[in-house]
Amino acid sequence: MSLHARLVVQRPRFRLDVSIEAASGQVLALLGPNGAGKTTALRALAGLTPLSGGHVTLDGRPLHALPVERRPIGVVFQDYLLFPHLSALENVAFGPRCRGVPRAEARRTAAAWLERVGLAEHAGARPRRLSGGQAQRVALARALAVEPRLLLLDEPLAALDAHTRLEIRSQLRRHLAAFGGVTVLVTHDPLDAMVLADRLVVVEDGAVVQEGEPGEVARRPRTDYVARLVGLNLYRGTAGGHQVRIDDMLFHVSEDLHGPVLVAFPPSAVALYRDRPDGTPRNLWRARIEGIERHGDSVRVRLEGPLAAAADVTPAAVADLDLSPGQQVWASVKATETHAYPA
Amino acid sequence: MTPFRKSRRWLAVLAVTTGVMAGAAACGTGGGSGRPGQAGQATPAAGTVTVFAAASLTGAFTELGKAFEAANPGVTVRFNFGSSATLAQQITQGAPADVFAAASPATMKTVTDASLASAPITFVRNKLQIAVPAGNPAKVDELKDLADPKVKVALCAAQVPCGAAAAKALAAAGLKVTPVTLEQDVKATLTKVVLGEVDAALVYRTDVLASGGEVSGIDFPEARQAVNDYPIAALAKAPAGDLARRFVDLVLSQRGRDVLAEAGFELP
Amino acid sequence: MTATAERRGAREQGRLGRTPWVLVVPAACGLAFLVLPLAGLLVRAPWSTLPRRLAEPQVLEALRLSLVTASAATLVCLVLGVPLAWVLARVSFPGRRLVRALVTIPLVLPPVVGGVALLLVLGRRGLIGQWLEAAFGVTLPFTTAGVVVAEAFVAMPFLVISVEGALRAADPRYEEAAATLGASRWTIFRRVTLPLVAPGIVAGAVLCWARALGEFGATITFAGNFPGRTQTMPLAVYLALETEPEAAIVLSLVLLAVSVAILASLRDRWVGGA
Repeated sequence: MSLHARLVVQRPRFRLDVSIEAASGQVLALLGPNGAGKTTALRALAGLTPLSGGHVTLDGRPLHALPVERRPIGVVFQDYLLFPHLSALENVAFGPRCRGVPRAEARRTAAAWLERVGLAEHAGARPRRLSGGQAQRVALARALAVEPRLLLLDEPLAALDAHTRLEIRSQLRRHLAAFGGVTVLVTHDPLDAMVLADRLVVVEDGAVVQEGEPGEVARRPRTDYVARLVGLNLYRGTAGGHQVRIDDMLFHVSEDLHGPVLVAFPPSAVALYRDRPDGTPRNLWRARIEGIERHGDSVRVRLEGPLAAAADVTPAAVADLDLSPGQQVWASVKATETHAYPA
Repeated sequence: MTPFRKSRRWLAVLAVTTGVMAGAAACGTGGGSGRPGQAGQATPAAGTVTVFAAASLTGAFTELGKAFEAANPGVTVRFNFGSSATLAQQITQGAPADVFAAASPATMKTVTDASLASAPITFVRNKLQIAVPAGNPAKVDELKDLADPKVKVALCAAQVPCGAAAAKALAAAGLKVTPVTLEQDVKATLTKVVLGEVDAALVYRTDVLASGGEVSGIDFPEARQAVNDYPIAALAKAPAGDLARRFVDLVLSQRGRDVLAEAGFELP
Repeated sequence: MTATAERRGAREQGRLGRTPWVLVVPAACGLAFLVLPLAGLLVRAPWSTLPRRLAEPQVLEALRLSLVTASAATLVCLVLGVPLAWVLARVSFPGRRLVRALVTIPLVLPPVVGGVALLLVLGRRGLIGQWLEAAFGVTLPFTTAGVVVAEAFVAMPFLVISVEGALRAADPRYEEAAATLGASRWTIFRRVTLPLVAPGIVAGAVLCWARALGEFGATITFAGNFPGRTQTMPLAVYLALETEPEAAIVLSLVLLAVSVAILASLRDRWVGGA
């Protein structure tokens, strides 16, 4: 009971070639920057974009030979695509009707689904009268009402404002947990991916660059894109014991490794000084401040130098040190706060 | 039926249906194409004579127009061919015409009643014929055959001269004919015959001749009772009064009579 | 209602500034150009004899025939034209551009020539008409059905073009969404595409009906002119013009008034709500 797929889509100036595996009940997130091919992959799974090669196998049955309308799928589109001429109830009943369920029964099923997503009182409303969050829930109910074996969600939360998003995200998590089939969700938002998915597949330029459990991916990013997403500084280097050579600099880490490695540390691990600190921490370098911007409760300082890095400091520290762009500072990271792993 | 015959019929149909348009187009180019020294174009009042004539006169008048231009270098004849009633209305609404040649005294009367013309002269007569498609599928010989319900007949509408004439002839013969259609003009009526959509129609002899052999005409004695007089007159407010009178003279001359007779008209 | 409209009008004015006269002047000229001929008809109308002329059975007969045939022609155009528009908008096949151009033929063809062409195909000796008569004893020329055929021929492009435009403007992803829910292409067409382009279909049908109602050339050429059977209002108007211009004006005004009344009531019911 699972999804195995290799999706190859060849376009004049783009090639998508990704392999996906997921077990029933699992939520798999395709994460990647715009234009990476995530949505193309999702459309290929649905059958909306023809495959140039590869296969889609669901529960041991080949799916790729079936036309869209014969696939046991449910799709939630990015802007939901609720039929504007039908009420919420009719939207949800549409799928069961198309699959041969009698009208009255289809309406009962639809009403039950609307109840489950908490929209029973909006059953008669046209999509145009629904808020973004309500429309998203109707779209989810519509996709689930056909009892799919494969649920596909394309940026399910992207169209929502920040506040609604928080609420809908946790609801969505609940519904996905209750869903017995395979869920494939496309997003460019790492938080959505972390919260909703059991497994991440990071796609860049049409290829998988990293996959694994969310925690694993967050701890050990393998590309600059992933590192940026999860908010880590990431470097490639060559290890010899506890020392890693990154460009011209020798970096001290706690792991004992040899050969090509990746070194990651969070911006909060970086300390900044006006003058050279006395305690001589192991990893110390001279950097130039490239930019300063607010980042949540702290201030993010972008550094240029032998190691380009982001450093998060408190607003008080910015005032005390009188930091400004163009300034030269000393930066340091404790070896214990870095994380090195084989490349 | 060979493709050649088919395409010929096509041409005949187009010629009939667009006959009026073609006439209008001819007048648009002034009928004097290619002639050197078109001084007349520059001073239209002095060098252009505008003739409004019934559509059935298209062939004969176009030829006479050329003759007139040849005899009067620098002069351009412009024609407006159409239904006599329409032309009469255009004239009473102030259209700049010099000569009016109508297919019926009634339409000419509209113009003379408005004091826009006086003393019209009947220059030709047109007689009805029974037109039948090639091969005469319904075996029509005489007028009373048209009363047979199995024979599909097209007549002109009573509002236009050929329809009035047909009604008169049928009344004279004491016949009651139920046509399948009452066409808006004689060319449309003829088209239905050319295409074989009807078995017979009452149209003018001149139209049968102009169809170029695609339909056959059958004379019938009652046509005598419904002869159509064609009056012509130079108009009172003619912008080119002198040329207008000279054109009318040409139509009434032996030359004019020859051309009109050749087109199938009877001469008074 | 009026107050709301005014408030909205004021808001639009405020947002966009003054209406530029470079648009208003030609717009006014355009309107005058379209409306003045109507004013001419109204001025010349023989008001005193109007009631008597309207009561003539021939007038009512022609009016009834016009309304019936124009509506039937619109129905024919809907049944054939909407699928044609769909194929042109949604199915790609070699020569689609050519087919799209062919659809506009009746717009370019002088209607009289269109009527002749119909005779050559559907007439008693026409390519198909010959066979129709032999096989079913059906002849179209000089029948009311023939009027419908001629009107549909001339009016269909208006429907096809406007429905195709609506289809191209409609978001095809709704159709994809329907497919993922298990809808066949026919179900998608019926339950998603048609409702989405309904305003375009209504607009096209209205244009089509209006064109059919005013049809003259193809009708008189293909179907002939016989009171009660094939004489529609435009034909009656044309023939009245030969002898009685005043009667022609009356007939034209009747046709105009009836069509404006029908279109206005349809607008309120179907288009106004949107």
